[in-house]
Amino acid sequence: MAVIRDMMPVFELFQPASVEDATALLREHGEQAWVMAGGLDSFDWFKDRVKRPAVVVDLGGIEALKGIESTADGLEIRAMTPLTDVVRHPEVREHYGLLSKAAELVASPQIRNQGTLGGNNSQDTRCWYYRDGWTCYRAGGNICYADTPTSMNREHAIFGADRCVAVNPSDTAPALIALDAKMVVQTADGERVVNAEDYFIGPGIDIMRMTVLQPGDLLTSIRIPSTWAGAKFYFEKVRDRQVWDFPLVNVASAIRVSGGTIEDARVAVNGVAPYPMRLTAVEDAIRGASQDEATAERAGEMAVRGARPLRQNAYKIPLMRNLVKRSIRVEA
Amino acid sequence: MADIEITEAIDPGVSRRNFIKGVIAAGAAVGSANYMFRGVGALFAQPTSPGAVERLITLTVNGQQRRVDVMKQETLAMTLRYKLGLTGTKLGCDRSECGACTVLLDGVPHYSCSILTQSVRGREVKTIEGLAAEDGTLHPVQQAVVDEQGFQCAFCMSGFVMSTVGFLEGNPNPTRAELAHGLSGNLCRCADYDKILTTMERAAENMRQA
Repeated sequence: MAVIRDMMPVFELFQPASVEDATALLREHGEQAWVMAGGLDSFDWFKDRVKRPAVVVDLGGIEALKGIESTADGLEIRAMTPLTDVVRHPEVREHYGLLSKAAELVASPQIRNQGTLGGNNSQDTRCWYYRDGWTCYRAGGNICYADTPTSMNREHAIFGADRCVAVNPSDTAPALIALDAKMVVQTADGERVVNAEDYFIGPGIDIMRMTVLQPGDLLTSIRIPSTWAGAKFYFEKVRDRQVWDFPLVNVASAIRVSGGTIEDARVAVNGVAPYPMRLTAVEDAIRGASQDEATAERAGEMAVRGARPLRQNAYKIPLMRNLVKRSIRVEA
Repeated sequence: MADIEITEAIDPGVSRRNFIKGVIAAGAAVGSANYMFRGVGALFAQPTSPGAVERLITLTVNGQQRRVDVMKQETLAMTLRYKLGLTGTKLGCDRSECGACTVLLDGVPHYSCSILTQSVRGREVKTIEGLAAEDGTLHPVQQAVVDEQGFQCAFCMSGFVMSTVGFLEGNPNPTRAELAHGLSGNLCRCADYDKILTTMERAAENMRQA
């Protein structure tokens, strides 16, 4: 879409100072309200005139939603903590290096200084048909422009498509899934804690949302249990250019090895489905196996079983296979 | 009631045609106001909503208190360039994809095209205009640009300089690779990166000596 260099269309702005005020505003304005975290996803929508909310609730002024602290069982990262703080936090680096590595590979330094962990996990998909304002399924229409014989769909899904073939673009999401993180969601009925892998939903559940968040809900914090602290981690992101870009495919794994045998593992990939995928079948298959080339090979083959490529994205199958393979044979 | 009073107050000299034209114009004004100020109704209904923001705000820019009238949807880059006259901050893509608009907020580099002016109330904004000392002595990073003739067309320069100032604050002694990583959120369409990195290495040296 042509870049429009002028003001965004008018919206009413609220910058509440507490979660209570924010949820009250969201309840009051209902579906008219747009929740804004760092704003980096939001402003693209507004500037392109594709999404035109009447009311924007900016969470940037809520101090209670920022910061990282140790808990009895791990770490609690508030949703509005900038990615840079996640990358630099000594405890994240020391015990949950998987997350700091993933966060450091997001976008660019300035974006990481402003973009938040909660926002990175709640961002919308990057399908350009959708983002350019085409009235596709996800936008409330009844067609997918990315899944036709002439579509440009190199970046789209090889798994989990259901009418919509867009992918989830988050880098930190698979890391959080591999770390067995819990997402704390503030709903009208109170607090709800959701496993990271269940926070993301596919188009089969609701084609217009990426996460379990309903209008009026807020992701307030992310809890990382100590279960996987200090495990062997692997994160790799493959993208077209090394800054700014979203992943073509990324992989995150946490593995506990004892005497050359894989005791337990969690593996997740993103960029291949409308939601970050936890590879439970792979985890089950490698648990108890020796950590060697053959196991890694088998894991990679297993991971891509059932993939359904579109016109231009069959390359994602070997890419995902090899990334999963690398993530299993992770060096000591 | 009000309608009747207005009707009675109309000068008998007003022709029927002019009266109708006037009504049409008023209707058009009301219609476009509704278009231009969509959403404002929500505020009028809730004058004391928590988190409501005001148009007249005070910003701290380059150490000065600046009173400014900003719209709710206005980005910091717009305010700096078109309201405060600080045109050293450039707008390239307006989409957080080029870095030309980089400024420091409390010492940290941000894309000023992608943050609302309303969000920087109470924060220290620093632009390229605020780097040199009062007496005109250039900032060590600016001096390095002059010494090394670091840029070709230099449209991206103020963004690169602000990123460098912010980056060197936390990493005064970077390797060339670390510097490249730190400045990776800025683009140069002349692709003069090698010279820019050499310049910024000299900038780091200047900073250490300063």
